[in-house]
Amino acid sequence: MKKLATTLLFAVFLLPLSSVTVLAAAGAGVEHSGANINDTASLQRGAKWYVNYCLGCHSISYMRYNRMAEDLDLTEDMVMENLVFSNAKFAETMDIAMQPDQAKAWFGKLPPDLSLIGRSRGADWIYSYLRGFYQDENGEWNNTMLPNASMPHVLWKMQGIQTPIYRQETDEGGFTHEVIDHFELTTPGSQSPVEFEETARDISAFLDYAGEPAKLKRKGIGVWVILFLVLFTFVAYLLKAEYWRDVH
Amino acid sequence: MAKIASSLSKQAGALLNWFDDRLPVSSFWNNVMTGYMAPKNFNFWYYMGSLALLVLVIQIFSGILLAMHYKPSALEAFASVEYIMRDVEWGWLIRYMHTTGASFFFILIYLHMFRSLLYGSHKAPRELLWVFGMFLYVALMAEAFLGYILPWGQMSYWGAQVIINLFGAIPKIGEPLTQWIRGDYFISDATLNRFFALHVIAVPLALLGLVLLHLVALRENGSNNPDGIEIKKNKDADGKPLDGIPFHPYYTVKDIFGVGMFLIVFSFVLFLWPEANGLFLEHDNFIPANPLVTPEHIKPVWYFTPFYAILKAVPDKLMGVLLMGASVGVLFFLPWLDRSPVKSIRYKGTWYKVLLTLFTIAFVRLGLLGMAEGTPAQTWEMRVWTLVYFMFFVLLFFMSPGGKTKPEPDRVTH
Repeated sequence: MKKLATTLLFAVFLLPLSSVTVLAAAGAGVEHSGANINDTASLQRGAKWYVNYCLGCHSISYMRYNRMAEDLDLTEDMVMENLVFSNAKFAETMDIAMQPDQAKAWFGKLPPDLSLIGRSRGADWIYSYLRGFYQDENGEWNNTMLPNASMPHVLWKMQGIQTPIYRQETDEGGFTHEVIDHFELTTPGSQSPVEFEETARDISAFLDYAGEPAKLKRKGIGVWVILFLVLFTFVAYLLKAEYWRDVH
Repeated sequence: MAKIASSLSKQAGALLNWFDDRLPVSSFWNNVMTGYMAPKNFNFWYYMGSLALLVLVIQIFSGILLAMHYKPSALEAFASVEYIMRDVEWGWLIRYMHTTGASFFFILIYLHMFRSLLYGSHKAPRELLWVFGMFLYVALMAEAFLGYILPWGQMSYWGAQVIINLFGAIPKIGEPLTQWIRGDYFISDATLNRFFALHVIAVPLALLGLVLLHLVALRENGSNNPDGIEIKKNKDADGKPLDGIPFHPYYTVKDIFGVGMFLIVFSFVLFLWPEANGLFLEHDNFIPANPLVTPEHIKPVWYFTPFYAILKAVPDKLMGVLLMGASVGVLFFLPWLDRSPVKSIRYKGTWYKVLLTLFTIAFVRLGLLGMAEGTPAQTWEMRVWTLVYFMFFVLLFFMSPGGKTKPEPDRVTH
């Protein structure tokens, strides 16, 4: 009977759940970024790219310059001289100078704050998004991760310009569609493809960190907490065994 | 040295006497701890109750600290949660204690309730104990739902929107009722403010009162045990149950061990995996609430999804709401639906083992399907498992009086 129950219970989890995407937070087309928030050099590079190319439009308004300096092993002078382009003070949050009504006029809407993009989308999605820009037949910017987004390819000078090569695909209903097969780098950028992967990875790692700065510390603390609890539980087990010796 | 120690213990004794003359300290301790005889054959399933109490304490403690920094205002709520996560000293720990605690509360309660299905703990004379437990479960669901709106993320907002709109299915009074709940024509600052009040004061008070009733009812007849036989039937010359042992120290030291085991798992999730892949902290809830943008896929948190699946399985909204209500409501009547002459699954026939296994599969599958996007094939699967879910209670009612049983032992086994 126990065997039957166990088999059935296993079956319940193994039965195919057609197109359940809840556990796959990311979705289709997302590539593995290899972003590592414990790589401080990568975070520093990511911060540099971010303030130079992204912070013009996208605030990370829950992040403070001084917190970033502390976590990324940077001094106040280094941050104030190299990473602050506005008149912000060291302890202030990383906001943008652009006015909301200007932004609406230029982009159709206010570019979103990216403080928590690392948590809502994840590092892999950001990495794929940054590498997903292409120029379509009309010479317009588009993106595989977020089709028809109003954001231009800010990093194009580094990556260069890629154009899509299409292939025909037939769906269940017998209709054929053009889908992007792969990209071709038609105009090389200042970075090689491998270097640009590194750049995208650094920015992804930085935004992953900015989404939850506490993540840098919490895992290390957690290991010690768990080690203590294992010791505590072992002693508790000995105590229990000692008391219970006379029960059976 | 010995002199000082003996004088100190004499003074402590005198102090205790002083209190005992004014407050029943010792007699209370004797009644509920050292003098309370519990069956000696508790197994794994009997840790869940004390652990649920521990999580309640964790939630109250972390909740008080969160309330010191959180701002229940539509304009500030989301930012104040991030302020807690970033600027408040150890704020991230406090918040993760609370979010991880919420999910673990439900894990423990589901296991606690499953224990009753295994060993018949709801059967006479413990029907009220079960009913108080069910009220606790419903209050806990209310507490979790109210708390989920507070971070004011997209899922907070739209999840609440879906659930509150369910009341709109009630004929005639539905629409005004939803307005009355929200305090506005849509979910707004007014809704957030009142949900905060209910979450931090009203429901916790109800929970504490119900916990007290649950414990008093438990102590009245004593715990059931995996054999489902009453230990009070076999007593020694002093009137003590032969298979009973004093709750303190035996079960207090055992529960301390259980607390250790539990906290290892709890800390693992809290420190290393707090989002649990979007199950405990949903990805979309890191986007601030926006009444103008509906998320692609609205779903409740995992602990509500079995009931949500039952709601979605029915095409008609009102019928769906009624069936979802019935799926929780029917559990209140479990003590009277289970008419078997024996309590424990150990002495019930194969019929019960098959029924309970199918019921468990139905509950888990409904939970998984409730998170899914809802293709037509999934909707049909939900209908099948909804039927299985309710058939458990129907078949239990009709099969339990005559169902095959094995003879119960006189004394507990282990």
